[in-house]
Amino acid sequence: MSLTAADVVEIMQLIEGSSFDELSLELNGMKLNLRRGSVPADGSSSQHSGAVATPAAAPTPAAISPQVAATNGTKASPGVDPSLHEVTAPLLGTFYLAPKPGAPPFVEPGSLVEPDTVIGIIEVMKLMNSVRAGVRGKVAEIVAGDGTLVEFGETLMRVTKSG
Amino acid sequence: MAIGRIFIANRGEIAVRIIRTCRALGIETVLAASTADRDSLPAQLADRAICIGPPRPSESYLRVETIVAAARGTNCDAIHPGYGFLSERAALAKMCEEEGITFIGPTAAQIETVGDKLRARSAAQAAKVPVVPGGAVSSVDAAIELARDIGVPLLVKAVGGGGGRGMKRVDHFHDLPASFELASAEAGAAFGDARVYLERFVASGRHVEVQVLGDGRGGVIHLGERDCSSQRRYQKLVEETPAPGLSETLRHDLHAAAVRFSEQIAYRGAGTVEFLVDRERETFYFLEMNARIQVEHPVTELVTGLDLIAEQIAIASGAGLRLEQSAVRRHGCAIECRINAEDPANDFLPSPGMVREVSWPMGEGIRVDTHIVAGSRVPPFYDSLMAKIIAHGPDRATALQRLRNAISSTRVVGVATNLPFHAVALADPEFQAGGMDTGFVARLLERTPDMTERTRHD
Repeated sequence: MSLTAADVVEIMQLIEGSSFDELSLELNGMKLNLRRGSVPADGSSSQHSGAVATPAAAPTPAAISPQVAATNGTKASPGVDPSLHEVTAPLLGTFYLAPKPGAPPFVEPGSLVEPDTVIGIIEVMKLMNSVRAGVRGKVAEIVAGDGTLVEFGETLMRVTKSG
Repeated sequence: MAIGRIFIANRGEIAVRIIRTCRALGIETVLAASTADRDSLPAQLADRAICIGPPRPSESYLRVETIVAAARGTNCDAIHPGYGFLSERAALAKMCEEEGITFIGPTAAQIETVGDKLRARSAAQAAKVPVVPGGAVSSVDAAIELARDIGVPLLVKAVGGGGGRGMKRVDHFHDLPASFELASAEAGAAFGDARVYLERFVASGRHVEVQVLGDGRGGVIHLGERDCSSQRRYQKLVEETPAPGLSETLRHDLHAAAVRFSEQIAYRGAGTVEFLVDRERETFYFLEMNARIQVEHPVTELVTGLDLIAEQIAIASGAGLRLEQSAVRRHGCAIECRINAEDPANDFLPSPGMVREVSWPMGEGIRVDTHIVAGSRVPPFYDSLMAKIIAHGPDRATALQRLRNAISSTRVVGVATNLPFHAVALADPEFQAGGMDTGFVARLLERTPDMTERTRHD
């Protein structure tokens, strides 16, 4: 068993969500050293929280309905390309496209993904949960904004299925 | 701290109820909704509804972190937990305290105190509030000595027990040694803990509770009592205030005991102190405190003219108690029926589904708290409470007549309801006389074998 790039990303996220600054891992002759570097004193996760864009409560119920409808699972409306897969939020929380502020995003439009590719993270009370693509294909569109609150079932991105 | 936006961590009629008061106060609302409740009435009425997870409560309404993250993410100042779900979970109150969100309810420490039977009992004793006489005994001799104070009938119960195992009823003192040994042996075999305790057995008890408001600094007022003796398997079906037929001394003592208990723990917010009223001995015992708004709060609102949700919000925002005890006036009588999607002709089996048509009653003195309109769903994942129909009148006879008319003019198509039960219960001579014990519903069902037939000819 060896570590894949995705595993390393996941380990990094675990550290992000923990109170540890450093991790040394030895596995089958492989050595991994991770250290929080050039991180502001208050830690990166609280910086994440600070950056959360908080949508204001919509003034009327009418403004809610379309949003609610849009989160209605993966059922594509008529006319939508059936080869498009909607990656939806597995839980409510703050969605991040990158493992930490300033870091390159997990994926971008055009990125190739496998079912287990991490496409983003959802933070719930400082706990980081990785979100996986669920299909093999190419990222067509990123729908949810970085640092925004996403509801359960809300569409995060669309992936053009392949294979 | 002024509260401008409230996150409602609940569903159903109580969510609608909270939204109604928030609107009146100019407070915005954000409602937590599972996927099963996205199209519910409260989701339409709230300023915003946010989907927190799948239908199963453990994956949505019971997730403390999700609730707090959703409240924070939507810039809410406060969380109203309603009743049930997370309302009496200290974890939510604690996380709110840590995150700087106002929890509309008591402190986490108070929730823990009243949630622990032994601690609550000690607090009651410290406040000189009577508890059911009894105590732990480790030998037959000790049991005999304690039994002299308690009197018979009494129960021998397992300390680690539950579900009736290791429990013996003793009607005569000379049976006590044998029952003690038997209960202890059973307890040891069933729970690995042979310790037992004795408790007075109340053959005929009434469930009477007192509504209190506390400012969290030791100031407490009461808003009178409610009689909730009409219960089926510990589920309340009909509640009323005032409790009929109590002597004024007993009523006064109940109120005073509830206030003393709440003062003892410097209770904050709206709460209810429950008592068992012993009909034969004309006395009462502390049962527990419910640290939340109760389902049956509307009967208290109708006779006092107060809005309990507004008082909860006022206390949570630091305004304290807005009226003194002497300013609390109670007018007339109010009775509430809980309308559940349950089929009384089929052993009260829950009846989830789509409500095709519904017509709620109206008229003088009638209030309906509901989340059900035509097209609403009663999902199978939650309690089956559809509505509360409450009648108010200058006296019990008037309130009762208004409630009977209201029940008979209510129409629900699509799901079975317990409306036939209520029609029978309110017409029953025992209910009309008032002051029944908690065995009333069981006796009523026994003498009314076919609920549907009865109501059709009623």
